[in-house]
Amino acid sequence: MKIHEYQGKELFRKYGVATPRGIPCFTVDEAVGAAKKLGGSVWVVKAQIHAGGRGKGGGVKVAKSADEVRARAKQILGMQLVTHQTGPEGQRVRRLLVEEGADIATELYVGMVVDRGTQRVALMASSEGGMDIEEVAAHHPEKIHTVFIDSLRGLTDSEAEGVARKIGIPDSALPEARALLQALYRCFDECDASLAEINPLILTGDGGVLALDAKLNFDDNALFRHPEIVAMRDLDEEDPLEIEASKFDLSYISLDGTIGCMVNGAGLAMATMDTIKLFGGEPANFLDVGGGATTEKVTAAFKIMLSNPKVKAILVNIFGGIMKCDTIAEGVVAAAREVHLAVPLVVRMKGTNEDLGKKILKDSGLPIISADNMAQAAQRVVAALKGPARTKAARKRSAPNKKAAAKKKRAPAKKKGEAPGKKRPQPTRPKQRTAAKNKPAAKKKRAAKKVKKAKKAKKK
Amino acid sequence: MSILIDRNTRVMTQGITGKTGQFHTRTSRAYANGKACYVAGVHPTRAGENFEGIPIYASVRDAKAQTGANVSVIYVPPAGAAGAIWEAVEADLDLVICITEGIPVRDMIRVRERMRQEHRRTRLVGPNCPGVITPDELKIGIMPGHIHKKGRVGVVSRSGTLTYEAVGQLSELGIGQSSAVGIGGDPVNGMKHVDVMKLFNDDPDTDAVIMIGEIGGSDEEDAARWVKGNMKKPVVGFIAGITAPPGKRMGHAGAIISGGKGTAQAKLEVMEDCGITVTRNPAEMGKTLKRVLR
Repeated sequence: MKIHEYQGKELFRKYGVATPRGIPCFTVDEAVGAAKKLGGSVWVVKAQIHAGGRGKGGGVKVAKSADEVRARAKQILGMQLVTHQTGPEGQRVRRLLVEEGADIATELYVGMVVDRGTQRVALMASSEGGMDIEEVAAHHPEKIHTVFIDSLRGLTDSEAEGVARKIGIPDSALPEARALLQALYRCFDECDASLAEINPLILTGDGGVLALDAKLNFDDNALFRHPEIVAMRDLDEEDPLEIEASKFDLSYISLDGTIGCMVNGAGLAMATMDTIKLFGGEPANFLDVGGGATTEKVTAAFKIMLSNPKVKAILVNIFGGIMKCDTIAEGVVAAAREVHLAVPLVVRMKGTNEDLGKKILKDSGLPIISADNMAQAAQRVVAALKGPARTKAARKRSAPNKKAAAKKKRAPAKKKGEAPGKKRPQPTRPKQRTAAKNKPAAKKKRAAKKVKKAKKAKKK
Repeated sequence: MSILIDRNTRVMTQGITGKTGQFHTRTSRAYANGKACYVAGVHPTRAGENFEGIPIYASVRDAKAQTGANVSVIYVPPAGAAGAIWEAVEADLDLVICITEGIPVRDMIRVRERMRQEHRRTRLVGPNCPGVITPDELKIGIMPGHIHKKGRVGVVSRSGTLTYEAVGQLSELGIGQSSAVGIGGDPVNGMKHVDVMKLFNDDPDTDAVIMIGEIGGSDEEDAARWVKGNMKKPVVGFIAGITAPPGKRMGHAGAIISGGKGTAQAKLEVMEDCGITVTRNPAEMGKTLKRVLR
């Protein structure tokens, strides 16, 4: 789960990570009021969306008067902010953070992420702040310093100071930097974060250390013990289909192709997508129905797939192990009926009660195309997409299917990427400095209710 | 022979009072020698009771002492699963297989840290995995037993149903399996591909191995490099997720591509360089293995 920068900074402050003073706003008037409340003469108006790259996309602006704050807020609020992480359609800006400008002497980088290799939390720090950390990693790997933190001991004084020294923090600021890094680790650990990034971390003109940005992602598996973090979820930032899917405990991700797929198991789902591509098609989604697919779940899955207008055919691939193929078949038939399925449907079922399942599909009278293995299934769904002439089941369907106007371009589907080093927003660094009081939590209370993300060991 | 488990293994179920634990203990016990192998269950407050004749003990230590069980399978819900793993490790079992899905990463990081620092010898498979099976001998986990066939090919995979897919293809071609191991899809887990590969290499009854991976991390590359220098048997590989967009989590917490590392393409290339026969078509895993066998 992701949260906004201003929410990240609230958490930071709670743990003692110093940040500029700032106030989140939902309207232009609020923004002007916030600037007044913060005082000073320079403010930064920052678009709050989950994607990175906000500065480059024009979502972060400096203002030097109340009128300028108003103008900037007006300009940013409601804009369709396009960054390299939003995709070409961009993300609508609904919230702002107004911060007091800070006096920047030096920009640094600090990040934390779970490292699979060492099975520890890795602290990464660099003197090259304010830049895309991946660029730094690619061209100046020697400028990235890493500490793998022993979770039983925490980040030690010497580790924290060592890293701080390596990225050029002067002796005078070392105690403050050490405290900040240790606070950041405590925040990461206690909140069950999966990613924490401060880019840039700055040294101020008067020798202080300050987190100018805050990016925090959380481990979905641990949300059950963090209602206060779940309350920060902003559903406006998420794909509505993915939200809908999560209500049914389905794992769904929208992609750019035309073939909807429903599979049990994440690995098999990815393999199915790969097979579709191998035979010239493009998957429209990733959808894992999990182990316990009931009729209701399958129906929900069909509805979700079909609400994506790009879907021109569906491939169901189920390896019925514990789950029986006849149960799946009944679910598929019921779902196809309920949603009045009008696109070609190819079903491949394997495993327990396979023959019974196939018979149910056949006897349903629905134009379902059956396949015996994954390759055949992929070939048939691609063929069905290309034109009705190719398959007899498709021929039976009265509605001649829309030619595959689809099946071509597939814009690189990167959306709001969450990779650790994924290009952070690097705004034109203004002077910032800030206030501590924030309060927009009430608005998201309702969102919080919808989120019952606590995952259970549901393996049936 | 086989790896990790066989007919002589004695198993306890942690989480035997829950629905999932009961369902899978029952089906596992019905498979091959399961009746003799499943000897105990664990529940802190239900000692003295039994589940369909399997006695329940208050702790892993008790269950081990009373029954000689040397392996545990865990179905405990996510919030308590890491604690259950640690209890089994402390009781010095040979092997712990954790099926539970959805354990917080932080909990796993701590358990793994303690296991390393205390030099614990207990092997951990999982979490978030289908388990381990040695066909016709013993099944520990949630995989469908009937698709397996006794034989001489080892299978190791991060994913559940994709493992079944590979096994199903092999069995259909008449190729049996020595053991099939699902190591799980979580970012922080127990045995890695390379650990399982070493066991298969040393197993006189395994002639070849199918290694199935996914996007994310570098486990497959590590295993491939080890294979290049050490493996005496042919290895076939497949990586799921060629079509996965970067930065998206595909069901498994582990299956996320971050910053260009861990892509399917990159993994496949390393595997090929290391002498592994890879296929990009998951429908051909069985056939590919058949080709390298003779």
